[in-house]
Amino acid sequence: MTSKSLSDTSKPIGVIGAGNFGSVVANMLAQHRRVLLYARDESVIQRILQTKENRGHPMHKNILPTNDLASLARQCDVIFPIVPSQHFRSMMKQLSIHLHPYHILIHGTKGFDVRLPEGKTIDTMPTLDRSVVKTISEVIQEESVAVRVGCLAGPNLSRELAEGHPAATVVASHFNEVINVGQRLLRSDNFQVYGNKDLVGVELAGVLKNIIAIAAGALSGMGYGENAKGLLVSRGMVEMVYLGRALGGNTKAFLGIAGIGDLVTTCNSALSRNFTVGYKLARGESLKEILAKTDEVAEGINTVKIAKKCADHYKVRAPITATLYQVLFEDMTVKKALEYLMRYPLNVDIDFLVE
Amino acid sequence: MEVAEKKNKNKRYKPILDGIPDWPVYQLSKNRQEFIEEVAQKAFDEIKKKRPTTKHIIDELEATVYREQQRMKRNRWRVDAADEPRFWANVKEELVALASFSPEECQAKADELIYRIVLRYANEIAGNFKANSYRLTREIVKFWFARLLNGARVKKFGAFFRTRYTLRDKIQIVGKVKQLRKLATEGTVVMVPTHSSNLDSILIGWIIHSLGLPAFIYGAGLNLFNIKIFAYFMNSLGAFKVDRRKKNVPYLETLKFYSMLAVQKGAHSIFFPGGTRSRSGMIEKNLKLGLLSSTIEAQRNLYLDTPPGEEVRKIFIVPVTLNYHFVLEAPDLIDEYLTSKGADRYLPEQDKYGSWQLLQFLFKFFTKGSNISVSIGPGLDVMGNYVDDAGRSIDAQGRIINTRDYFISNGEITVDKQREDEYTRMLSHKIVAEYHRINRIFASHLVAFVAFEIWQKKHPKLDLFGLLRLPEEGQVILYEDFRAAFKRVRKQVYVLREQGKVYHATHLKGNIDLVIRHGLDNVGIFHLKRPLLMNKEGNIVTKDFNTLYYYHNRLVGYDLEKFV
Repeated sequence: MTSKSLSDTSKPIGVIGAGNFGSVVANMLAQHRRVLLYARDESVIQRILQTKENRGHPMHKNILPTNDLASLARQCDVIFPIVPSQHFRSMMKQLSIHLHPYHILIHGTKGFDVRLPEGKTIDTMPTLDRSVVKTISEVIQEESVAVRVGCLAGPNLSRELAEGHPAATVVASHFNEVINVGQRLLRSDNFQVYGNKDLVGVELAGVLKNIIAIAAGALSGMGYGENAKGLLVSRGMVEMVYLGRALGGNTKAFLGIAGIGDLVTTCNSALSRNFTVGYKLARGESLKEILAKTDEVAEGINTVKIAKKCADHYKVRAPITATLYQVLFEDMTVKKALEYLMRYPLNVDIDFLVE
Repeated sequence: MEVAEKKNKNKRYKPILDGIPDWPVYQLSKNRQEFIEEVAQKAFDEIKKKRPTTKHIIDELEATVYREQQRMKRNRWRVDAADEPRFWANVKEELVALASFSPEECQAKADELIYRIVLRYANEIAGNFKANSYRLTREIVKFWFARLLNGARVKKFGAFFRTRYTLRDKIQIVGKVKQLRKLATEGTVVMVPTHSSNLDSILIGWIIHSLGLPAFIYGAGLNLFNIKIFAYFMNSLGAFKVDRRKKNVPYLETLKFYSMLAVQKGAHSIFFPGGTRSRSGMIEKNLKLGLLSSTIEAQRNLYLDTPPGEEVRKIFIVPVTLNYHFVLEAPDLIDEYLTSKGADRYLPEQDKYGSWQLLQFLFKFFTKGSNISVSIGPGLDVMGNYVDDAGRSIDAQGRIINTRDYFISNGEITVDKQREDEYTRMLSHKIVAEYHRINRIFASHLVAFVAFEIWQKKHPKLDLFGLLRLPEEGQVILYEDFRAAFKRVRKQVYVLREQGKVYHATHLKGNIDLVIRHGLDNVGIFHLKRPLLMNKEGNIVTKDFNTLYYYHNRLVGYDLEKFV
């Protein structure tokens, strides 16, 4: 590893995206280092400068908001891009001209990127495969020369992190260097950072768990209790493993913090956006009504759509995803969906571990 | 057979460096002893780093001596040095005697033994490039090849001394030739070809000469030196010897430093990253990472050692695919592949082909119409980025990348083994992708592929081995069926070509019946049992499923199966 300790140098750390999670990560980083926080909107920058507050989080004094990507890339060797998956590729296209192979990028986005041939949309594609569905780290490498890439995943509810409750995250990367940098920058007394070498597996776990989170919200909205949730979490886990394998991850990543850890948290939390979507669906609201009321992105909705079409392509059995797809996009009621799932002929409890 | 092979445009290239004394490989051989000592010293330092205590060193020595004695007992070759048994007996004796020494003496003595061993290995590995011998070989090869070609092809008295045909008519070199020549002047070229036949080494040697490039150094399997005619060629081409029987740490370290330091000193080199001939006939998918990682390490060292302000010599990786209608060793290679499949058994290197078989093959090759094609891929930097003709690395968006930046952390060049291991993995993926992209499909590959896939579809219940065990008699494909499938697959090959995913020989185009004929006439042309033939009724039959499978495998990995 590099012999120089990071704190010796005065280079600031970059964070791209001043959303909820981006702001929290910036605050955590600011405990050790100066942070440049990129926001697209001038108004957000002015607000942070004047009120020292963003999205309900008081912002640390070490954070300097900016809308200059070039200068951010010039000043920072380590950058945390945390923007919604739909905008990630276009952000990367702007950023990439300023990047060099020495940059380290650790992203915190839990969604897929889909790039289709001209004239096609996700809805017009009968199925999707891995040639068009990419994880965020793959987008970074396709769009830029950055190779030292990693991701942040795990049970990281923004509000709890902001309040300093004990929590943990996983930094996944093929490079020990990236994991070490992530650990050094983020670790604190009440925040533990684990490393994982299976980058794509961890990314997939973080993305796919959002599907189960919506389902958990729906169960809760129906007023069901803990037995139902236990059933969902464990069967949901199996489904994630199968989908994840088909998309190029391996089983182990799903058993770690980014998989089971994140799954348990989001399925129990009314704080989670994805959970809230499911909850409201069960209460009879339509997807359109729910989307109209929120300005934040629930990545899970898009993920359900993409994962369902991938499952069709790779012929993976994914009953929860498939029924959730019908609830979200084909007007099936949550009640009906549950009836269907309970009748689904499941046979073996655990069949994804080789003895 | 006279299917349109486009008139070969291959022309003669002027040498890029005037005299042999300018060649990096010559420089290396001139300072041979010095270089060998440097290699030994570096290998020694590395082993000491890996085995820090006296006990570790002694364990290593014991393991090495044991393995070497086992090798000499079981698997001794003609090329092995005569004084070998004595050398190792001495080492063993001194090793046993260590028990009575004091710890300090023990350490010093053990170090001395390790150094003695790596120095011996370095001497063993080192090539012996001699300018005169190189010139002589070159002339002999040129002269006799020309005689063979002209004598055999033009059936007229006196044709023997004509110079109408040259090797260039026989061997098609396509791809980024100009760039390769340019890069060889800009920096150090590491050529990484696919490997299917023992003939590859000679072929590559000829290509390098014919492109006007200085001799490359080359790690050749020691088994090749058993065949005298090869040994002569190799020695004169600047080959160094790789002994795959020796798996002990001191040997592997010495070998690694030999190739790495040579590259670092600017010697263009060749190695087959597949490690050994492709047993299955497929294009290599898993590359040996050891030698690849040494090119990355060499580049990093060059960045590290060059004083600021001075220009750093860049290393360029150039993938090359070699395509044959016929691979001499195919029946044995595929046998080995099939016996080893499912179980990772050790494959003993064995060669049933002596000088005589080789000459026979060469004669057939020159007298009959079987061409060879060589595709030179675009140059890459050690990270797998494409480079332009000036050797600058270019990213996917066409912007220039500074390769040095890959080795930088916090503004400084750092040594990070794990990071470079990961880079090596990325580079190997890139080379494999390039192999598939620059590969040149022959009609003979395509007929083999289509026929085998048809038979596979006819017997959906049989697995591979079941299929290969079918008696060849009675297995017939109607010509009409074959033709239709061939047409579909050929169309898909065109599509892939359009998408820039593969190339094909010019003879693949045109009247489909002629193309099929060309393929059937050429596939595995000199095997006793032909993989594919047309019977009297004009339908397709095979005499040997195994070699058919071998030639079929060349087109695995392009998703052509579903078009059959």
